[in-house]
Amino acid sequence: MLTVRFFSLIREALDCEELQVEHNAAMLTVDDLKVSLVGTGGDQWREALYQPNVVHALNQRVVNTDHPLKDGDEVAFFPPMTGG
Amino acid sequence: MSVLVQESPFSVDSQLRILLASNRGAGLVTFTGYLRDFSEAGAIEALELEHYPGMTERVLEELGALAARRFGLRGWRIVHRYGRIEEQDPIVWVGVLADHRHEAFSGCQFIMDTLKTKAPFWKKEFMRDGRVVWVQSKLDDTEREQAWQEDVYE
Repeated sequence: MLTVRFFSLIREALDCEELQVEHNAAMLTVDDLKVSLVGTGGDQWREALYQPNVVHALNQRVVNTDHPLKDGDEVAFFPPMTGG
Repeated sequence: MSVLVQESPFSVDSQLRILLASNRGAGLVTFTGYLRDFSEAGAIEALELEHYPGMTERVLEELGALAARRFGLRGWRIVHRYGRIEEQDPIVWVGVLADHRHEAFSGCQFIMDTLKTKAPFWKKEFMRDGRVVWVQSKLDDTEREQAWQEDVYE
């Protein structure tokens, strides 16, 4: 299983904070996970997850979308950060 | 050498006392960020700060440790709120101790400039006219953070 989390604008656009997703052998990278999420969710999910500047975090570290995935990982999607 | 991320308001005086009790240094620099009553979107009533629990604390711990190594800090403390923040409340407080003023000023500015774009917080503004607006990241903030990577201040 993968834990998938969404924050800020993306959480609101999807009306979803967190999902559990079955990890399978074809899901090699964060990119593959996005394709799978859009395959299930449709256009609304494509629009939210493929907008420019989406930040991807794997196990709470920012990564590129070609980063490999393994079972048990936590993946998060969020817009650029605005702290301080 | 510590991080505090909390929902409730904090006192700047008590944070300063905690920093000073833990370390000694010849130079102390602090920064306090308060909620402004205006933004590009207009007059603000309140702010809601969302964050990524766990990642937030880790990013801030690593940032403080990095600043300590880079500028030879003797002590540092980073405090950041989340949740609903009212006008004129402190949002963020950074304090650093060093042997010399240059290291103290630079260390504090480096932490603040980096935190703006690297710590997983997102601001939502509640405007006086009733609108609710997610704050967009600013190119200026990204450029300031990148400038530290290019060492333009050193």
